[in-house]
Amino acid sequence: MAESIFGIHESALKIRTQRGEVLANNLANADTPNFKAQDIDFRKALQAAQGDSDDLKMSGMAKTNSRHLDGGGFSSTSSFLMYRQPTQPSLDGNTVETHVEKAKFMENGLQHTATLEFINGKITGLRGAIRGE
Amino acid sequence: MSMFNVLDISASGMHAQTVRLNTIASNIANADSISSNAEDTYRSKQPVFQTILDNSRGEPRGGVRVKEIVESQAPLQMEFNPNHPMANGDGYIFRPNVNAVEEMANMMSASRTYETNIEVLNTSKQLLLKTIQLGK
Repeated sequence: MAESIFGIHESALKIRTQRGEVLANNLANADTPNFKAQDIDFRKALQAAQGDSDDLKMSGMAKTNSRHLDGGGFSSTSSFLMYRQPTQPSLDGNTVETHVEKAKFMENGLQHTATLEFINGKITGLRGAIRGE
Repeated sequence: MSMFNVLDISASGMHAQTVRLNTIASNIANADSISSNAEDTYRSKQPVFQTILDNSRGEPRGGVRVKEIVESQAPLQMEFNPNHPMANGDGYIFRPNVNAVEEMANMMSASRTYETNIEVLNTSKQLLLKTIQLGK
C-alpha cells in the first residue's frame, strides 16, 4: 500500500541513505593505506529496485503467517558497489580524493533532501484530501 | 543494517584522527628528549589505519580503526657534545628522530580530516532529522 503511494521515492530514499553511508565510509578512510574508494551506481540500483530483481531483494521482517504484512526493511545495494577511478593515485594505494568525495556527498545529500521533499509533498497532499481542505 | 550506521562511520573516523593527533602531540612534546644511548631514545610514533569490514553480510558498512602504532625507523640524530650532562662515555648525545615540519604537516592533515568527518556527521544528522519528521 505504502509503496504505491510514494512510488519510486521509497526505493530512492533507501538507496540514497546507503550511498550516503558508502561516501561517509570513503571520507572516514581518507588516510587508510590501500583503501579503495567505492560508490553506488544509483541508476542501476534504482532500476533493480523498481524491477524487484533478485539483486535487490527486500531483507525485511520474517513472516510466520501468510496474512502478515510485508515489512519492507532495508534492501542490499552491495551488488551495485563499484570502485572509483582516481585521477591522482597516491603512493600508499589509497584512492580516496577528499574533494571528489565531499562533492559527491553534498550532491547525494541534496538529492536525499529532494526525495524527502517529494515524500513530504505526497503526505501533505493526501492529508489535504482526507480533511477535504 | 541500521538507519544510524552513517553516524558510527563518521564517529570512527573522528576517533582515528584523534589518536593520530595524540601521537603527533607526543612526538612534538618529545622532540627534544635527549638520551645517552640509542635504545632509550624516543622514536617518532605513527598510527596505521585500517578499514572495518563487515564481511559476514557483505554490506557496504565500515568505518576506520587504528590497527597499530609503529615507531619510525629513521636514524636517530647523534650529536657530539661532551659537555652535555647526558653525554655518554664517548661524548655523544642522542636526539629523537622526530621531524617537526613533518609532524606539523601531519597535524594539519589530521585536523582537516577530522573536520570533514564532522561535516559528514552534521549533514547526516540533518537528513535523519528530516526523515524522522516526515509528514509533520
